[in-house]
Amino acid sequence: MRALTWVYLAVIYGFILLPVAVLVVFSFQDGRLPVPPFQGATLRWYGQVLADRDLLAALGHSALVAFASSGVALVLGFLAAHGLARVRLPGSMLMRGLLIAPLTVSYLIIALGLLNMFNQIGLRPSLLATGIGHVVINLPLCFAILYAAMGDHQKSAERAARDLGAGEAQVLWLVSAPMLMAPMAAAFFLSVTFSWDEFIIAFLLTRFDVTLPVEIWSMLRSGLSPKTNAIGSLVFLVSIMVVILLELSVFRRQK
Amino acid sequence: MTAGVAITRVSRHYGGAKALDDVSLDIAAGEYIVLLGPSGCGKTTLLNLIGGFDAPDTGLIAIGGRSMAGVAPKDRPTTTVFQDYALFPHMTLAQNVAFGLRMRGVARGPRLARAAEMLALVGLTGAGNRRPHELSGGQRQRVALARALAVDPDVLLLDEPLGALDLKLRRGMQDELKAIQRRVGTTFVHVTHDQEEAMAIADRIVVMNAGRIEDLGPPRSVYLRPRSLFSASFMGEVNRIPLTADLPFAAHLGGQKGTLCIRPESIVTEPGGTAEGSLGLGPCRIEEITFFGTHQRAMMRVDAAPDQRLTIHLPQNVVAAPGQTLTLFAHDYVILEA
Repeated sequence: MRALTWVYLAVIYGFILLPVAVLVVFSFQDGRLPVPPFQGATLRWYGQVLADRDLLAALGHSALVAFASSGVALVLGFLAAHGLARVRLPGSMLMRGLLIAPLTVSYLIIALGLLNMFNQIGLRPSLLATGIGHVVINLPLCFAILYAAMGDHQKSAERAARDLGAGEAQVLWLVSAPMLMAPMAAAFFLSVTFSWDEFIIAFLLTRFDVTLPVEIWSMLRSGLSPKTNAIGSLVFLVSIMVVILLELSVFRRQK
Repeated sequence: MTAGVAITRVSRHYGGAKALDDVSLDIAAGEYIVLLGPSGCGKTTLLNLIGGFDAPDTGLIAIGGRSMAGVAPKDRPTTTVFQDYALFPHMTLAQNVAFGLRMRGVARGPRLARAAEMLALVGLTGAGNRRPHELSGGQRQRVALARALAVDPDVLLLDEPLGALDLKLRRGMQDELKAIQRRVGTTFVHVTHDQEEAMAIADRIVVMNAGRIEDLGPPRSVYLRPRSLFSASFMGEVNRIPLTADLPFAAHLGGQKGTLCIRPESIVTEPGGTAEGSLGLGPCRIEEITFFGTHQRAMMRVDAAPDQRLTIHLPQNVVAAPGQTLTLFAHDYVILEA
């Protein structure tokens, strides 16, 4: 029985990680195609990636969009969560529902809607338009995480701050936000990873300056190459680093 | 600084429920007032109204002669010690205590000096760099007190401040609260449902029930001369004897109507020489007797009125057994309308 549980564990991790492992292994392929058999290791493809201006520009764009849109989503989500947790309004359940609704809509539908609306108001497809799209998908996430994190403890500390003479802005800045440091960091980094990976919205809402997933997609149109594996590995490395950062900064502190 | 609080004909409703019903109360500057009552009696509502966390439907609240209508908590000369302490977990103790001064624009140096002074006042000298999660419940309570007193409020509000502490710690903190109040001279308004706590610290006790003030006065008079049956029962154990003409001692009471209330420890076996004299209850038979350490507690049946039972406290040295008959006298009794 005990052996079986270990086998199960190995199978599950294999299932999850094998595709990534294959991707990473064949990024070192000394040959023209990233398919078996493995013909020996080389760093040639990584050299090509790092020398490719378009790729590096796309990497910069992705980072910019991810951090800026996550920052905006975090601030808006925090303010919405704080307001709805504090004030009991007649329609507050409806408002919470509407705020979370975009989570249930497919990215394709959101992207089409934004594309239509941006056309009407004259906003051209650009990194700004993509960033706005990413705020739309990440705001519900930030809101839901922060709203769930606000308990009675938070409320009574805010009440004490007001009692001691703090104005509303001071309550938010000096008490509410610092008390929610851990969930805020979790919401921010999750938003960053979602924005970093996002393809459909970025594909429909960018034209000349594109994000990394869109750049990778256009490379794939000219066929498979170990170079795309190398990019994938680098992107995976960034994701791993964000996860480690999250683990160190958020979950470690809560213990 | 210190100031009095004048509460005039204040009412507060929540939906159909009356939390406060036409309450008037004058609190003198520098007084230690305890609002006492069961949960739902309106004591916390009254505290919230004084602190500005809620507004009365009708009536006026003035602090130091200044009307508080429409004044937000942050602009009132009051601070609060909350039941759950409500310390700021991300700040050190010194930063917690100095928070109110920071909001008042006091520079960093002077406010941290004041915080250290306040922490010393509550017995936490040198703990300024520690954080709330490192402290025990009693210590957090002290920090909350220091934080509220650091801004030198006119009136300090305490919302069941000792409710979360165990009994032994609570009794210790009572004495300390009283001593601190004497030193700073601030008006304290303290809410509790523990009548022993109320008697131990209050200058005056305000007994509340169902949104009204039932009784008010110094602990001795509220305990020995309660003004209502509710107050008599809430302050401690009491024998209630409905006065009917056939009771042998009814004649001594001049034929008054109502309920005769006598505390168990006010019933003795000697006539005694209290100022008003004592009331003879006649011979009573012991049904049950138990040793309680400080006294013996006995259940008695009145011979002249077999339906009437009494609980009495006898001294430790009285040797008595069930079935025995004792002649009993009562002092410090009151007759209250039903």
